[in-house]
Amino acid sequence: MDLLVGQLFTGLSTGSILLLAALGLSLTYGQMGVINMAHGEFIMAGCYTAYVTQQVVGDAGVSLLIALPTGFLVGGAMGLILETLLIRHLYHRPLDTLLVTFGVGLVLQQVARDVFGAPAVNVTVPQFLRGGVDLLGTAVPKTRLFILALAIAAVAAVTLVLRFTPAGRRIRAVVGNRDLAETAGISSRAVDAGTFFIGSGLAGVAGVALTLIGATSPTTGQSYLVDAFLVVVAGGMGRIKGAVVAAIALGTFQAVFETYSTASLAKVGVFVVIVVFLQLRPQGLFTLRTRSLA
Amino acid sequence: MPQRFKFRARDVARTFTASAAVTALALTAACGSRAGEETAAAESCVDTSGDTVKVGALNSLSGTMSISETTVRDAIYLAVEEINAAGGVQGKQIEIVAEDGASEPTVFAEKAEKLIREDCVAAVFGGWTSASRKAMLPVFEDNDSLLYYPVQYEGLEASENIFYTGATTNQQIIPALDYLAETGVKSLYLVGSDYVFPRTANAIINAYAADKGIEIVGEDYAQLGSVEFSTIVNQVNASGADAVFNTLNGDSNVAFFREYANVGLTAEEMPVMSVSIAEEEVGGIGVENIEGQLAAWNYYQTVESPENTTFVEAFKAEYGAERVTSDPMEAAYNSVYLWAATVEKAESFAVEDLQAAADGVSFASPEGTVVIDGDNHHVTKTARIGQISADGLLYTVWESEGPIEPDPFLEGYDWAADLKVTE
Repeated sequence: MDLLVGQLFTGLSTGSILLLAALGLSLTYGQMGVINMAHGEFIMAGCYTAYVTQQVVGDAGVSLLIALPTGFLVGGAMGLILETLLIRHLYHRPLDTLLVTFGVGLVLQQVARDVFGAPAVNVTVPQFLRGGVDLLGTAVPKTRLFILALAIAAVAAVTLVLRFTPAGRRIRAVVGNRDLAETAGISSRAVDAGTFFIGSGLAGVAGVALTLIGATSPTTGQSYLVDAFLVVVAGGMGRIKGAVVAAIALGTFQAVFETYSTASLAKVGVFVVIVVFLQLRPQGLFTLRTRSLA
Repeated sequence: MPQRFKFRARDVARTFTASAAVTALALTAACGSRAGEETAAAESCVDTSGDTVKVGALNSLSGTMSISETTVRDAIYLAVEEINAAGGVQGKQIEIVAEDGASEPTVFAEKAEKLIREDCVAAVFGGWTSASRKAMLPVFEDNDSLLYYPVQYEGLEASENIFYTGATTNQQIIPALDYLAETGVKSLYLVGSDYVFPRTANAIINAYAADKGIEIVGEDYAQLGSVEFSTIVNQVNASGADAVFNTLNGDSNVAFFREYANVGLTAEEMPVMSVSIAEEEVGGIGVENIEGQLAAWNYYQTVESPENTTFVEAFKAEYGAERVTSDPMEAAYNSVYLWAATVEKAESFAVEDLQAAADGVSFASPEGTVVIDGDNHHVTKTARIGQISADGLLYTVWESEGPIEPDPFLEGYDWAADLKVTE
């Protein structure tokens, strides 16, 4: 029974990792409707940002704190370049966007391979995050607590920005009804670029954090991409709240199911549940009511 | 009974590589030969009348496997250079025709066909994944040519047209189990990636454990590339097993060992025996997360022998002091020397002459003397258990008493009689 209690925390932790990987996507895909297959590579860029920062700074703890904002800027900058050069010209052509960003993802993977080499590199975990804390009889790794806290902070930040800043209001206005927003004097082009910057930046932050628990290699991003899309789709397009609930639900389900079967079977189980769920509720957990005609 | 094995191996391979076989047949037909018959093998076009002889090097130079396979290519080139410097084979200089398998089994099959038919190479060295080997197998059998395959694998195969210079299961997994049993391990937890090698390995481990009274307290598979190991590590932790047998592959190892270290599990209380972690992987995992854990191979850079000192020095001189040598590289290096020695013994480059002469051909290799078994085309190998040390290298803590005879179908083990992992 101890194991099951431990698994509930594991579910929460797995959910927070999913959420961190999916949060940026819930902006770019959920809010803007851009299927960005290179999102995983932005996460990977965050991982390598953490690696490079650590090589330069040396101290693992200090470099982690520097890498988090740097990762945001690196991911965001890459997203901005991608949006300006390619995606902007492909709005309303989702299939083309999908193919183009998939290609960009492959290019970025190869660039990483050429620059850093194909084997995984090691990002050292800071001393204060090593080991675990005892929680109801199970050892909970500190790195996972850190990621949980970071995910909560990221969600809070995104919510605050969307709700209380002028830029956030503009984003919501464009998502709600692009034409009407433009009529009101909002430059939807600038808003798109801004949204994409934030969404991609969050992928970078996720990448920095994920170096604590996973590998940093050119294909790292691929491990998170599909799960991130699942979270956004199951949660409902355009709703941060949906992504939060879906991530935690999927994480918990995976963790509990895995206790009674194997990891790969649990993965299958998650997919089955999502397929059934989307049959019953195609719009996802939460829906965004818009007056948009498109 | 090699003939029966050949048939079984082909059967399995066919199902996996229908497309490759179709391609091969189509090409055979296009060349005007009698397609669809077992005797359809074209006359070998290998030309040995000049003062050079061509061989193929078929490794993934692009794609996900390139990280591993380029190191194997480097080892093949090193061996060829050394042999050429020493006067070549049968007085002929070896010329390498290199091809890129691109981490795709179908590409491996195509390129193998090209090397055999267009470049007319006397033998091909390379391949890494079992999928690539299974894809190439019908090509080499239909064209009656030779492949030297240098990587440890799941066994249960013996083709007349392939020489296997890496370990089969009784030279890697079984010695690893013997070592664990010797050190008093009474219960094991099995963790692996979900594909053919770990599944086969764990079937063997289960049979072994049932016979030796070792309890298997858990068996878990994660998808290839999975990075979520929280649950598995929690279960391993709660199981109280004496040791963990790890057949994970790739990036999953990084996530697994980080989680393992973070929940406070150590090599002292619950050692992990891994079969796919070599010098190269340790760096990515971070030595602080894996120090003291065990690995099972036949060769480490740190093996102490005059042959290995020479090999490591030659390799570093050629490719740089920061490079490390690993088990598959050493097996690839050996494979070129074994081919050359077989040619010298047969005094011929013809495939049937090499097959006839192969039995007993030996080479004083970095891991110790290896000898070809003429029946199953594998080689004798010394099993070694290595421990990962703080400098990122592996040091031998146990080795088998001399080289172990290859037994790809585990016929010498009574407990393995009921294993039906091929079907």
